[in-house]
Amino acid sequence: MRARPNYLAGFGSLVWLFVVGLPLYVMLVATFQTRADYAGNGPLSFPERFTLDNYVNDLSEGFGQYFLNTVIVTVCVVGIVVVLVPPLAYAIVRNDGKATGRVFRMFLLGLAVPSQAVIVPVFYLIDQAGLYDSLIGIVLPTAAFSMPVSALILTGVMRDVSPELYEAMTLDGASPWRIFHQLVLPLSKSGLSTIVVFSSLQAWNGFLFPLVLTQSAENKVVTMGLYDFQTEHGVDIPALLAAVVLSMLPVLLVYLFARRALVQGLMGVGGK
Amino acid sequence: MTSSSTVGRPGFAWAVPAAVFFGLFALVPLLLVVVLSFTRWNGIGSPRFAGLENWDKLLDDPVMVNSLWLSLLLTVLGVVVQTPISILLGVWAAGHQRNRAVLSAIYFVPLLLSITAVSVLWRAVLDPNFGVPSQATWLFGDGNLLGVRAGAIGVLVFVSTWQFTPLHTLIYQGAARAVPRVLYQAAQIDGAGTVRQFFHITLPQLRNSIVTSMILMVVGGLTTFDTVLILTQGGPGTDTTNSAYYMYQKGFKSFDFGAASAIALLLVLVATLVSLVMVRLTGYDKMRSTMEGV
Repeated sequence: MRARPNYLAGFGSLVWLFVVGLPLYVMLVATFQTRADYAGNGPLSFPERFTLDNYVNDLSEGFGQYFLNTVIVTVCVVGIVVVLVPPLAYAIVRNDGKATGRVFRMFLLGLAVPSQAVIVPVFYLIDQAGLYDSLIGIVLPTAAFSMPVSALILTGVMRDVSPELYEAMTLDGASPWRIFHQLVLPLSKSGLSTIVVFSSLQAWNGFLFPLVLTQSAENKVVTMGLYDFQTEHGVDIPALLAAVVLSMLPVLLVYLFARRALVQGLMGVGGK
Repeated sequence: MTSSSTVGRPGFAWAVPAAVFFGLFALVPLLLVVVLSFTRWNGIGSPRFAGLENWDKLLDDPVMVNSLWLSLLLTVLGVVVQTPISILLGVWAAGHQRNRAVLSAIYFVPLLLSITAVSVLWRAVLDPNFGVPSQATWLFGDGNLLGVRAGAIGVLVFVSTWQFTPLHTLIYQGAARAVPRVLYQAAQIDGAGTVRQFFHITLPQLRNSIVTSMILMVVGGLTTFDTVLILTQGGPGTDTTNSAYYMYQKGFKSFDFGAASAIALLLVLVATLVSLVMVRLTGYDKMRSTMEGV
């Protein structure tokens, strides 16, 4: 493209790096010092004495349990999405029937429904089903709200499977089921990993459903732990920020390994 | 299409499990919220029909009316602040040098964090006694940003920008990469500089993405909730009580689920209306065929 460097854009992007980086820096250095050091030296200074006590204390204050709960919720949500969405996307791409078209439009409509809009009825339904204050009560609506985006991503990927391959397998007399698991699924691997990453992110970071649908300490997920921690010990900033770091650690690890899948998936959501 | 037969094609049944599951937790509740908005229900026992009572009360409720204005204000400010930043960053990141890839990877981090984590983080960073304002008094004065109306609104807009700019940057980055090179080559032959190329080629080519991104911002802005709950609790006073937060308060704090449902419904209606108007005004609906490249 342009050989001449664009200094203005370069400068702007550095400014943004500062905006993004500064709070992350403050967070990280705060967690490695004692509360007294942090208060004394201010948020921008580097720790004099390095300590991991903040992390250790957080973990002993229940964050271990919250982690376990969040892992359970995340695994279940991903499981439901991965079992239900691929057949749906397959039907949307390969079935010309009117009913399937309607289902697809229903999911597109669902993209626009914010979870707050339905939180009262969801609370009602979960309560009626006797699932209030249980992990499964969080799992069900969270999985449902991950579905529209997952369906959109996966139909996009499955449409790219060339029609000749379908034709060839059909001529060989393959059943829809065989075509699904011998052709469609293997060729949709990138899309599948995207929806896994995407729905696990949704589940891991979910806030509203846990807030409204659970109550007791043994069913707390990480985001709830963080929220309560802030209300209870809001003044112990190093401990609070250590909890924030703990809550995001797994996500950052996933990001390191699955950056491509995640970025492609998000690009697909907005770009098309 | 050579074969119009259904041999080897999946039947409707393949779509049923997902459709039922999704319908149960998204569409049934959407209908139910309409019903509940005409009832009185405190969370225990069953809802009782109350006619237009909730709606009557809400329309006379000054906090409700203010909360709606505030939601719109937060949305407009969000769009105005985020759009230019993310277009510029997105177009810049669409280039191919190595440092761009590294920087874009860093820019992306806020999007990965939960809104909870981001809000807690910013509350700590902006803490008037222990946070950055205590060190940078030249910028923040005595620094209790969240204690005054303008400051609290500013912080809410800023924190959303901080978190969601990466998403919109990504949208623009993808779109900017898809702009045909020929256009730039032609412009260069005509002697157009970087700035003219940006305004005459890049921006018009990004039109579809601008609408997509703005609709996401509008729906996101109108439903801002977690940041309000954690950063301001709707305060000072009710200065940052937007509709989403008011709904939560009405329902899950005052146990007036009928009123909460009415607010929720109102939010959906406003969000849908705004999106539709945007789609119409920009002619987005007529451009459908060009953007459905799938």
